[in-house]
Amino acid sequence: MIEARKIRKSFGDILVLDDISLKVEKGDVIAILGPSGSGKTTLLRCLNFLEKADSGELVFDDVVYDMKTINKKDIATIRKKTAFVFQNYNLFLNMTAMQNVMEGLVTARKMSKEEAREKALAALEKVGMLDRKDHYPSQLSGGQQQRVAIARALALDPEIIYFDEPTSALDPELIGEVLQVMKKLANEGMTMLVVTHEMNFARNVSNKVILMENSVIVEENEAKSFFENPKEERTKAFVSSVYERNNLANSH
Amino acid sequence: MSERVIEILVDSFLKMLIPGIKVTVPLTILSFALGLLIATVCAIIQYANIRYLKQLCRFYIWIIRGTPLLVQLYIFFYGLPKVGIMLNAFPCAILVFGINEGAYMAESMRAALEAVPKGQLEAGYCVGMNYLQIMWRIVLPQAMRTAFPSLSNSFISLLKSTSLAATITVTELFRTAQIINARVYEPLALYCEAALVYLLFSTFLTWLQARIEKRLSTYGGVR
Repeated sequence: MIEARKIRKSFGDILVLDDISLKVEKGDVIAILGPSGSGKTTLLRCLNFLEKADSGELVFDDVVYDMKTINKKDIATIRKKTAFVFQNYNLFLNMTAMQNVMEGLVTARKMSKEEAREKALAALEKVGMLDRKDHYPSQLSGGQQQRVAIARALALDPEIIYFDEPTSALDPELIGEVLQVMKKLANEGMTMLVVTHEMNFARNVSNKVILMENSVIVEENEAKSFFENPKEERTKAFVSSVYERNNLANSH
Repeated sequence: MSERVIEILVDSFLKMLIPGIKVTVPLTILSFALGLLIATVCAIIQYANIRYLKQLCRFYIWIIRGTPLLVQLYIFFYGLPKVGIMLNAFPCAILVFGINEGAYMAESMRAALEAVPKGQLEAGYCVGMNYLQIMWRIVLPQAMRTAFPSLSNSFISLLKSTSLAATITVTELFRTAQIINARVYEPLALYCEAALVYLLFSTFLTWLQARIEKRLSTYGGVR
């Protein structure tokens, strides 16, 4: 469904993505793991053109786009099929939860208000936010805001949802409610590309896992093998260090 | 205070209040509307970083903020007729006040636009909106809210600045006081009375500003 070929991106002198290629099939839930600064977020942002790659190709539904020279129209075409969930939610601050979900449908897609309202209600119900639909973002907790953001993404009927560290800004006790919603989507067959630090999500929900470090993909594997039988030494070290950290945290 | 003065004050109160309502208030509102329009366009041009136009905006703001309002009024009303541009006093006043206030408010608006988090734009793009839609539906409404206190300060200060229109023959509140004074010569009493009428107007506006601000804050827009 989506294939990225040799994405390259630098910020000034710093190379952030060094010829990254990856393939996403319909229904895939892919977790992208890796230490901070490894380029995970930039990869996701390049895929949705929030950053412009220096070179590379994107194949989306069998159409090949040059990621450097792509025009606005093609970007709009691709964005119509995708949705993005941000680390810090980025809900429209001047709109209620309901309006947040409806905005893209009504303003960008010219859907009738009636139809948009129905879609928005359905999406808010799915993430368990129906009872807060008339609240403004500032009146919602981080977890609630992120669930509304997921509803906003869902309502667009995307072919894929990109998640950029969706739980990293949340208080620990709010992470569960967001992961729960994401798990539900995964089980319903939504295609998802998830940059995350949540090992349990990667292990139990995703079907594939990618480890990135120093601007390259270290390992790409089935989720089960990634954790139990990794190909790379580096993966082993990464997994055990993260688990050690978790155990250390739990033992206190 | 002599009976005569009291009589003059009572007699002139309505005479000042009426041109206040009929001239000063419309002059303030129309100038403000013009200023806000100019400010918004200028601020967006600078925010969107449009070449050449941006320089033009900076130039306009530099000139207007660097020269006195009274001098600007004189140039437009007494100066421009020399090159064949004749403006009636009232529209001339609106134009000058609007252009002047626009330069100040452009800076408030620009700061308010820049205070809108960049993520708001990105979220807009990701739900498929284009730049203009995002500006109109998301960035501007949020910026307006941020700019509101400073814009209403401009409004109140503009209300008082309109007294300068007296110098270009607009018969507004202050000029009415001057005209009455020319007849009865009670400058202390009459100009204090004029000040009081201005105070009435601006007190009402301040009260209104506080109310609106309170309503806006229940939106909880700015975090």
